[in-house]
Amino acid sequence: MSAATTKLIAQRGLDTPALARLRRVGILLPFAILFAILSLTSSSFATKVNLLNILDQQSATLIIAAAGTLVLVAGGIDLSVGAVYSLAGVTAAHFAVHGNPAVAIALGIGAGLLIGVANGVITTMFRINALITTLAMSFIVGGIATLVTKGNLLVLFDKPGFGKLARTEFLTVRTSIWLMIVSVLVIAFVLSSTTAGRYMYAAGGNAEAARLAGVRVNAIRILAFTISGGAAGLAGVIDTSRVLSAQAANGDTALAFTVLAGIVVGGTSILGGEGAVWRTVVGVLFIALIGNGYILLGLDPLYEQITMGVILLLAVGLDALARRTG
Amino acid sequence: MARIAEPPRPPAPRPYLELLDVAKHFGGVQALAGVSVAVEQGSVHAVVGENGAGKSTLGRIVAGAVAPDRGRILLDGVPVSFRSPREALERGVGAIAQEPFVVPQLSVAENVFLGVEPRSAGVLRGRKLRDAYAALAESAGFDLAGTAAAGSLRTADQQKVEILRALSRDAHLIVMDEPTAALSARETEQLHEIVRRLVSAGRTIVLISHFLREVLDLSDTVTVLRDGRLVRTAPAAAETESSLVEAMLGRSLTSAFPTKHVPPHDAPVLLSVRELVAPGVESATFDLRAGEILGLAGLVGAGRTELARALYGAAKVTSGSVTLGERGKRGRSPRRSLSAGLAMIPESRKDEGLIFARSVTENASLSRLRSLASFGVVRRARERATARAMLEDCDVRGARFSAPVGALSGGNQQKVLFARTLLCRPRVLIADEPTRGVDIGAKRAIYDLLTSLAAGGVGIVLISSELEEILGLAHRVLVMRRGRIVAELEGEVMQEAAILGAAFADEKAAVA
Repeated sequence: MSAATTKLIAQRGLDTPALARLRRVGILLPFAILFAILSLTSSSFATKVNLLNILDQQSATLIIAAAGTLVLVAGGIDLSVGAVYSLAGVTAAHFAVHGNPAVAIALGIGAGLLIGVANGVITTMFRINALITTLAMSFIVGGIATLVTKGNLLVLFDKPGFGKLARTEFLTVRTSIWLMIVSVLVIAFVLSSTTAGRYMYAAGGNAEAARLAGVRVNAIRILAFTISGGAAGLAGVIDTSRVLSAQAANGDTALAFTVLAGIVVGGTSILGGEGAVWRTVVGVLFIALIGNGYILLGLDPLYEQITMGVILLLAVGLDALARRTG
Repeated sequence: MARIAEPPRPPAPRPYLELLDVAKHFGGVQALAGVSVAVEQGSVHAVVGENGAGKSTLGRIVAGAVAPDRGRILLDGVPVSFRSPREALERGVGAIAQEPFVVPQLSVAENVFLGVEPRSAGVLRGRKLRDAYAALAESAGFDLAGTAAAGSLRTADQQKVEILRALSRDAHLIVMDEPTAALSARETEQLHEIVRRLVSAGRTIVLISHFLREVLDLSDTVTVLRDGRLVRTAPAAAETESSLVEAMLGRSLTSAFPTKHVPPHDAPVLLSVRELVAPGVESATFDLRAGEILGLAGLVGAGRTELARALYGAAKVTSGSVTLGERGKRGRSPRRSLSAGLAMIPESRKDEGLIFARSVTENASLSRLRSLASFGVVRRARERATARAMLEDCDVRGARFSAPVGALSGGNQQKVLFARTLLCRPRVLIADEPTRGVDIGAKRAIYDLLTSLAAGGVGIVLISSELEEILGLAHRVLVMRRGRIVAELEGEVMQEAAILGAAFADEKAAVA
């Protein structure tokens, strides 16, 4: 190889095109701009109360989305998280009404893990498309959740012990937020720094290559679905504890799509093999800020959905554009 | 191969296509740095160069697939700037890619007339389509049924579909990018025949090819590119294979192959295969000794890759046995094969080898990641150091190891795959087409790697469609045909003619 060729190849890595660089920073830039605009236009935005309130409300979404990032990176998709969230919430509530809150919490999360395993096994070993599997699972799980509640709202106002999980203040911040932070950090660490995380990128980036390189692609995808199910379970339990009530069909599918929107707006590829948990966190918060902004600025909330749709399309469009030119 | 008599040409050849100072960069890579070329009407104009020299970019610019950053293109004296291959086709410029573009579900005739189907008021006219196809195929001299589903055709026939598509738009200029890379020897000969016929009918061909013999046989003029720049354009008659290689490399290549080290006859048997039956493999029985390079020859589709995949545990085995070393059984999955000391470099880097979006380091360490981690957490410093050492051993040059592996040249990508495989310290290595789509310099580096591995006692099964490579590297050759090992050649009888004879015997039945 001539010296000039060598130089040519060396340049490839160094000069990244502007678009690719923009993509790497990605969602951070619009997030910062939106944050600045809201701070300037609304005096009540950049207050501790408002910001903590946003985090508190978004804690469940953030946990589920962080775990969902793993599923997407590994080449899958999980649409059952909304239903699992709901089932875990009502399961925990059901058992908290009559028994030990700790057992109730464990059972709620356990239900999520179990459904995650089922999702993983069905999509990998039986080779059924993940989109269809988890959508079907979403109906099944939603039905089971309704069976548990018999269609009623389960109220836990007389069980303050269960509320301690999410409603305790620690360093002036609620435990719902602390639980979210710890969960997200753990999930981010799994993806970025463990062998399992690497295998997820490999499985999603090129499943056949990963398999031939000795990666157990099926096992790693089952793990990703299990983490996703467990996270949805935890989120359901936290929210039940946060509002001290639970109900089946608590906006099942809407939550699944909000989560997916957050992940994709953050810049994780829907095609698998690329993405990061921090991106998802920023993506989810970006969407939350839009909702918050509409309320604080007194804008017509009718437009909020339209705004969301446009932003989602922009995010996916930019990703596709960067892929083609980068 | 004899040079055929030149067809009659117009008295004063004039440039049909002219590129003036055309440049294109992709990201930070200057693919073409101001190249000017004139292509005479009714000639075959070849473009050669190493991978990354810019020849494919040049072809894609001419065919309208990419737009140049600067420079002018004159077609028949008229400046043109195509915004899409479709626009180019409308102006009489067609293209044939290495991997043909066909819609697999549609018939051959529908593919040929895709987008310009005969229709009345939006309703397709089936009869008219069939008639038009029949007339076109006859005029081109192709014997290809218009009703066959394009997806069921072999690559060679799919290329014919592309050629017909170009002819149906009355293309005067056809760009062929590595048209024979995926073809067998016989299909290649057929394609050459087609090219000659097209040219004698006054059409102009731009031929981009790695195969220098093909270039010298077919073309009238050869343009050599290096690092996106023009080295020279000269009549093919004035060039030889070595003059072209020298021009492409900027230096001469001493010898194509390293010297062989013949393993001792009492070297231990590392891999023992008995009556192996698997999808695409009818029956295979052979032994592989330590330090031996065993060539596996045969036509595309003869079952070589299928055998490799079955040995590696990537495909199911129906019956028979594979024994690895004294310890016994082979693994039933790639993972187990790797831990038992059997590794494979797959046929396609892109589909089966590398994870393009991930870094060079991550791709290299993938198979050994577990040993580079403690308690499931990857030790990055250790990973980087281990990968770097092996990547440098494998001669991966000029690339940042943190860059995505997809940004590397084909040769470097292949070396990354070698690095990953060698980190597993295999005792048996199956290399399936290890130099496909790799430039000459990198080829030699891969040959050196294979030879030195064998010298170190590794048993190697080398699959290659380039006979030269098999003859130049292997100590012994097995020839496969229709899923069976039909010949074993060693020593004196290991000749090109013997291999081809065994590979092609009964070929008619195979085609039918």
